[in-house]
Parts: sequence; structure tokens; C-alpha cells
Amino acid sequence: MDDLYKDEILEHYRNPHNFGTLEAPTTAKEGANPLCGDRITLMLGIGDDGTVNDVAFTGRGCAISQASASMLTDEIKGKPLSEIAHLGRQDVLDNLGIEISPARMKCAMLSLETLRAAVGDRVEWTGQTDEV
Amino acid sequence: MAIVRPLDPVAVRADFAIFERDFNGRRLAYLDSAATSLKPRVVTDAMAEYLNRYSANVHRGIYQIGEEATAAYEGARAKIAAFIGASDPREIVMVRNATEAINLVAYAWGRRNIGTADTIVVTEMEHHSNLIPWQMLTQEKDADLEFVPFDDDGRLIQDSFDVLLRTRPKLVAFTAVSNGIGTINPVADMVARAHDAGALVLIDGAQATPHEPVNVQELDCDFFVFSGHKMLGPPGSGALWARRELLEEMPPFMGGGEMIREVHLRHTTYNEVPFKFEAGTPDVSAAIGLGAAIDYLTDIGLEHVRAHERELVEYALDILPREVPSIRIHGPLSASDRAGIITFNLADAHPHDVATLLDREAIAVRAGHHCTMPLHQRLGEEASARASFYVYTDRDDIDRLAEALQKVERLFARPAPH
Repeated sequence: MDDLYKDEILEHYRNPHNFGTLEAPTTAKEGANPLCGDRITLMLGIGDDGTVNDVAFTGRGCAISQASASMLTDEIKGKPLSEIAHLGRQDVLDNLGIEISPARMKCAMLSLETLRAAVGDRVEWTGQTDEV
Repeated sequence: MAIVRPLDPVAVRADFAIFERDFNGRRLAYLDSAATSLKPRVVTDAMAEYLNRYSANVHRGIYQIGEEATAAYEGARAKIAAFIGASDPREIVMVRNATEAINLVAYAWGRRNIGTADTIVVTEMEHHSNLIPWQMLTQEKDADLEFVPFDDDGRLIQDSFDVLLRTRPKLVAFTAVSNGIGTINPVADMVARAHDAGALVLIDGAQATPHEPVNVQELDCDFFVFSGHKMLGPPGSGALWARRELLEEMPPFMGGGEMIREVHLRHTTYNEVPFKFEAGTPDVSAAIGLGAAIDYLTDIGLEHVRAHERELVEYALDILPREVPSIRIHGPLSASDRAGIITFNLADAHPHDVATLLDREAIAVRAGHHCTMPLHQRLGEEASARASFYVYTDRDDIDRLAEALQKVERLFARPAPH
């Protein structure tokens, strides 16, 4: 049982990075997984040059969804939207580094889907986010 | 069949091929029977027999296998009628599941009988299938939908029900047993009070029919619905029972073949009940499978099923709080009015993580809202985990559950590495 949830995931779940809110976000988006009740609110501070200078999220849900959001916010901080737009499912799975069953895939992808929706009107998303 | 009385779950398991499967060296601990039950070989054999040896349509063929198919299909209807104490098989409408049965009533009875300012009363613990059809109907008709609340122990607040009955509702629709938290509701008593207030009563029997003796005449309800797949039968089988005179008055649900008597280009006269409500070729194999499941359950005895599950609930309510300190169990904490459903949360682990980790131990539980989102809003939980029992469940399954939950607790309580 123990090998499934690596320490790294549990650590992100217990002490999520970038957890909180931004005072004046450039954009904010709420994402929910109605089947599970997982939810996150993602806030981004985007500079004029299109760089994500600041990012924060709040949320509730399972370890997979919350650790995934914690890792994703680490990943995008300080990066330009043009680079972020390449992020896809595999990047999220690589970050988590564990086997995600089909039934839990929506939990893992909630933060990526929310990010894509948050910046959808600013950048054309090129990463593979749909199920192949 | 290797059944001895009282119910011996180990002997029962020998009748189910799924228990021969190896799950990483373990036997499956299937604790999700409230979602759907497993199927014994007698059920799948009966279905295969029909599909392989006499797979004709029903009520049509003037040849041997057509007559055999019709006899088997109508035989299943008679078994269903006897199983729930209906006096007449013509009061049984074959449907795909309880959801379809409720939608049939909402559409055929509801659209004719519910008008502006009429009231329908349901409860806050309903499965979505006994909520959304009534939302749709009352929104369409500009009628009122009211809700009996439940208390912190998961029991319906009967004083509130009485207050709602003073509004003289046209229909009261509620579940006999909560799929969300296992509460066994006082059905006969509530039906009597609803009738005194002039309402008709629909009982959602999806969680009761598989687990305890049911008699619609003793309950004295007006509509009763259940699904076959939760009672050892196949998906696609289920029934609506309604009092004959109600079925006679109701217009059809779906139009098509079978439900007609005489068709002209611009008008049609309809078949007699129950065929008026069974448009199109039915799922014959599913009905036959449900008939075989009813034979199997009748052989065990529903009173033995209930006694067995009650004993398991007592055991689970005793050991889980002791062995799993962070568990919160929702619903009544007494086995006398609780079905074989234990819904819970752990303090530090989300239900989805719990279910995923239990799956690693070949333990299947449900995680989520179990199609009862309003009930979970009342509980104040986004989601919960649910272990539910049936004829093949034993104390060993519950011991495995407790042990695995201890592991989950340890894993999620482990201090952070820095």
C-alpha cells in the first residue's frame, strides 16, 4: 500500500506549495471535479511580458488533486505563458511520478485543466490535455 | 447450491465465479454491493441459456422458441410479483432500473396529476434518481417540492414530515433505505400518515428489496420501484409496481411496438397493463436473470439475509471506531435501523485516497457522494467512503477493512520529512 503514495506526494498534500490567495491576481479560475468533490481556485499574477510572476491556489480534495496542484504551481512560477502552454498530461504524470488509475485521472488533471481555463484567452494552449 | 441455514457467506461465495479470481494473491473483499451486487452463476447461466438456446423475441413468435422466451419472460414477471408481495403480476412493469421506474411515474402519472401549486414531498436523503425526476416535474408544472430533513443521527425528522403533510401533498416519494448512510426508514408508518393526509406514496425500494423481506401490500404504498442489479441480478433489470387502478389510468410512457393494441396513421389504442408501459423489445435476458436471482435469494430466505447483514453492521459499528480511531461514521449507530451500509470519513485522508489505497489490498469500497449530493451537503462532507455488505460478506471482510484503514491512517499521519 505504502509504495503508491510516495512521501513527496504526501508532503505536497500536507504542506502544499503556493497555497493561499493573491491580493490582486491578473486572473483567477475555479475548477471542480463534480464526481469527486475535488475543487481548487487558481490565481495568477501575469506580467506585461506574459510571465507568470506569482501564483497561488486554494482547494480541497484528495491527495492526488492537491499534490498535483502544488507541483504544477511550482512548475509554472516564473515562466512565460508561451512556455506554460506546452504543458500536457504527461508533464503532470511525470511530476506525480506514480501510477494513476483511469478512475483517478480527473483528480490528477484538475489543476492543469483549471490552469488552461484560466489563461485560455491569453495564450493558445498546445500541450496535450485530452485523453489520448 | 451450497446454502445452509442460517446464511453461510463462505458457502455462498462458492456460487460466484468472481471469488475464484486472484487479486494479487488475495480474495476480493467486495464492499460495494449498495452500488451493484455481484452475480452468482445461476443468474449468468440462466441468461446464457436464453441467449444461446431460445433467444426469440417475446409476445410475438408463433413457434417453439418464441413461446419459450415469452414463458420465461412472463415467468420472471410472476417471480418479481411474488417476491414483493404483489397480488397480480399485471401490476409489475418491467424496466431497466429503479431510475427508469421513477421517471415513468413522474412522466406518466405526474404530468397528468401534478399541477400548479400542488406539492410533492421527498426527503433530504434521496438518491438523485428519486429527486431529479421530481425537480423536473415540479419545475415544468410550477409545483412545489418540499423536503423532509434528517437529524444528526441520520434519521428522518418525523415531526417535520407531519408539518409538511399539512400542506396536503399530492405525492410523497421516499426511499425505504438510504443508500447514502444506511438508515432504514419507518416506511409503513410514514405511508399511513401520508395516506391520512391524502397523498399517494412512492417507495424507492432499490436498497431494501435486495436485503429484507418486502411486501407492497403490507407497506400499503401506491408505487414501489427497485433495480435488479443490486439484488444479484443483471444490469438492465428492474421493476415498477403500482396499484392496478393507477396503472390503468396512467397514459403510456414511451410509444412504440408492444405497447399498442391497434395502430392507425393518426391514432392508436394502447395495450393493456403492464404492456402499455413496455414499448419496444425488452431486455429479455436481464429479466430472466433477475428471475433466477429471485429464486436464489428466496432459497436463502430474505429474513436470513437481513439477520446476516444486521450482525455484520453490529460487528462493524463495534470494531471500526475501536480499531480506526480517526473514523467518523455517518448515519444511525444502531444496527436495528441501519442496513448493511457503513459510510465514513477518516480525519486525515480523503475518501478517494482511502478507496485507492484499499484497492491495493483487494478491498472495493465506494468513494464520492454516492449519488446523494444534498445528503452530503447536510453531512457537511464533500465526499465520503462507503462499505456495503451482502450475502457473500463476512467478518473477515470487515477485519480486512479495519486493518487496511489502520494502514491508511498511519500513512497519512506520518510526519512530514522535514
